[in-house]
Amino acid sequence: MEEVKQSDQAYHYQEEEKQYSYLNLGPTHPATHGIFQNVLKMDGEIIVDAEPTIGYIHRAFEKLSERRPFNQITPITDRMNYCSAPINNMGWHMTVEKLIQAEIPKRVQYMRVIIMELARITDHLICNAVIGVDTGALTGFVYMFQQRELVYEIYEEICGARLTSNIGRIGGFERDFSPKAWEKIHRFLKEFPKVLKEFENLLERNRIFMDRTIGVGGITGERALEFSFSGPNLRAAGVDYDVRVAKPYSSYEDFDFTIPIGTNGDVYDRFMVRQGEMWQSLSIIEQAIKNLPDGPFHGKVPDFYLPPKEEVYNNMEALIYHFKIVMGETDVPKGEVYHCVEGGNGELGFYLISDGGRTPYRLHMRRPCFIYYQAYPEMIKGSMLSDAILTMSSMNVIAGELDA
Amino acid sequence: MVQAPEGVEGAGFFATSLEKVVGMARKNSIWPLPFATSCCGIEFMATMGAHYDLARFGSERLSFSPRQADLLMVMGTIAKKMGPVLRQVYEQMAEPRWVLSVGACASSGGIFDTYSVLQGIDRIIPVDVYVPGCPPRPEQIIDGVMKIQRLVETESLRRRDSAEYKAMLNQYGIE
Amino acid sequence: MEGTGLEKTIGVLNEKFEGEVLHAAMLYDFPTITLKKDKIIEIIKFLKEHPDTRYHYLTTLCGIHYPELNQIAIMYQLHNMMSGERVRLKIYLPAEKPEVPTLTTVFAGANWMERETYDFFGVIFTGHPDLRRILNVEDMIMFPLRKEFPLEDQVREDKNDTMFGR
Repeated sequence: MEEVKQSDQAYHYQEEEKQYSYLNLGPTHPATHGIFQNVLKMDGEIIVDAEPTIGYIHRAFEKLSERRPFNQITPITDRMNYCSAPINNMGWHMTVEKLIQAEIPKRVQYMRVIIMELARITDHLICNAVIGVDTGALTGFVYMFQQRELVYEIYEEICGARLTSNIGRIGGFERDFSPKAWEKIHRFLKEFPKVLKEFENLLERNRIFMDRTIGVGGITGERALEFSFSGPNLRAAGVDYDVRVAKPYSSYEDFDFTIPIGTNGDVYDRFMVRQGEMWQSLSIIEQAIKNLPDGPFHGKVPDFYLPPKEEVYNNMEALIYHFKIVMGETDVPKGEVYHCVEGGNGELGFYLISDGGRTPYRLHMRRPCFIYYQAYPEMIKGSMLSDAILTMSSMNVIAGELDA
Repeated sequence: MVQAPEGVEGAGFFATSLEKVVGMARKNSIWPLPFATSCCGIEFMATMGAHYDLARFGSERLSFSPRQADLLMVMGTIAKKMGPVLRQVYEQMAEPRWVLSVGACASSGGIFDTYSVLQGIDRIIPVDVYVPGCPPRPEQIIDGVMKIQRLVETESLRRRDSAEYKAMLNQYGIE
Repeated sequence: MEGTGLEKTIGVLNEKFEGEVLHAAMLYDFPTITLKKDKIIEIIKFLKEHPDTRYHYLTTLCGIHYPELNQIAIMYQLHNMMSGERVRLKIYLPAEKPEVPTLTTVFAGANWMERETYDFFGVIFTGHPDLRRILNVEDMIMFPLRKEFPLEDQVREDKNDTMFGR
């Protein structure tokens, strides 16, 4: 869909009155990995200006959550950043737990860490594999998707779902990890590092890959902070901000890990930061398994955590509680909380105002994608079209999170 | 290896109706256009991947141009803002064309009964097969593709010229 | 660390903006300050540049509708990454004519957040470079996150009142 703007003076070529062409990239374009539109003003192959339009899958999460009891908001959070749904789920659970000031056992926190880091791996895996695809290496993509299936199998063993997991409950987990789940986690931990290393070898020092990515789509640390970047994109620009370290939640302070950072904030740095984070995540999972404390797999949150099924079937009181919880008729304190977790793309925050009713009065989600995608036009100005595609895939813009 | 359709077989010849041959050929070379918007798109990527491998059904060649596609796979929520785009894509497709609606959102709006979401794509374009699930597992998507294959195989060559088909399209205000 | 952040911020504010603070409290672990609406942008700029506070990062910004007060609140959340301190600033605007100067002059990242708030609540950010709807279709007439607007799409016939009590 290319359209050339004809000016009256087209024959008299002047330096100031260049002929620009307009390229409509999106909303359904194979190279955009999601649905967003960018109208690019092009001078030949060089991008002069870009006009992004978003909202093509706006689903009104924030309004929807004003109508749903706290338990029922978890499935909505799944569909936000669907590449790392468990992080969203647990971010939300922790927000509610903060509101009701629930005490969560150490074991649950460690189990959460395991799941969240698995989710981070899958998130970064897709992103990096797609960067590979955009530079012309489909091999890595097919190879890595095989590994992602292994993680999905772990989710399935734990909660029954694959992608939009709805994993865990407010207060903990619905059940303990089964022996089969542990077996699968161990299998993944054994097999994945080899594959990841191979993937890394395929691209990391690959001449073509480096030429395509180094110095492309860069942003400075100051500018990234101005634009409220967070997550791997901010770290690639050289700012070592990670919520897991800055404000540890779910016992992250117990683990020993480093934050990989880049220097130029370009595509290559973002790739390397994500790659580094996957290694760190693997190490965190291993530490969590090694030091996993004994204890219950859920906290004492009788207002939110469903009683066990045997109780529900045999005990009147448990049945009433079950009903009350499912209908969302339990007491919730009034208050305002903000809780943030390190999502796949950065600081994922939930700002919850409760007026004591069965639903939140207002729930605002700080969606990292939405906030950093606005810097995209600035990042691609003056670069080539093919680099713009690469910049977008390396920013890991997830349409579900972008549009809410 | 695809089984030959029903026919009369003898020494050195095989006779069957043209419709069956065309149906068989079409069935095993469907070019899908993935209209992936959200979560279901990720499951579609898994379906395309090595583990589930849609190539077994002759559909590994994705056509990102609607003009060359046979099957429109709508995967994910279609917001009202996206509705006109989807319709335009459908209109650009050449006959014969089929539509597979993957996932609860595309089929009915799913859990998003909100002001901004189109309550099912069948409000703007005709749909052949619905795949339930939020998101459906890759096996379910494959099942949907197989149902489409069944439709493609058994469709009469004259169906697209029939008055009923025209009337059906007119219901949606297409053409 | 938590409590001192609030007192420190109030102290810094009182240096230059005496009397602007309406209410200050710790809400859970978060210092929250309610301010008069007129000087909000200068205050944020001052907090960003003051050596004691240095809130150099805008975490998020959103609106909240209170129909019974007939007010729309705007919440700004600032963050100092060096010290790990955060602060939440709130202002209240009248719901009929919510107007506030734009924050894009201080934080470039406020651009889309303000557009989103405009889209959801109809808050006019004066001086904003490009104040259009961002998520919804341009010809929408309602501001969907205000409490009086319905959530559901009105076209569905399968959910009728007798069955689902809508």
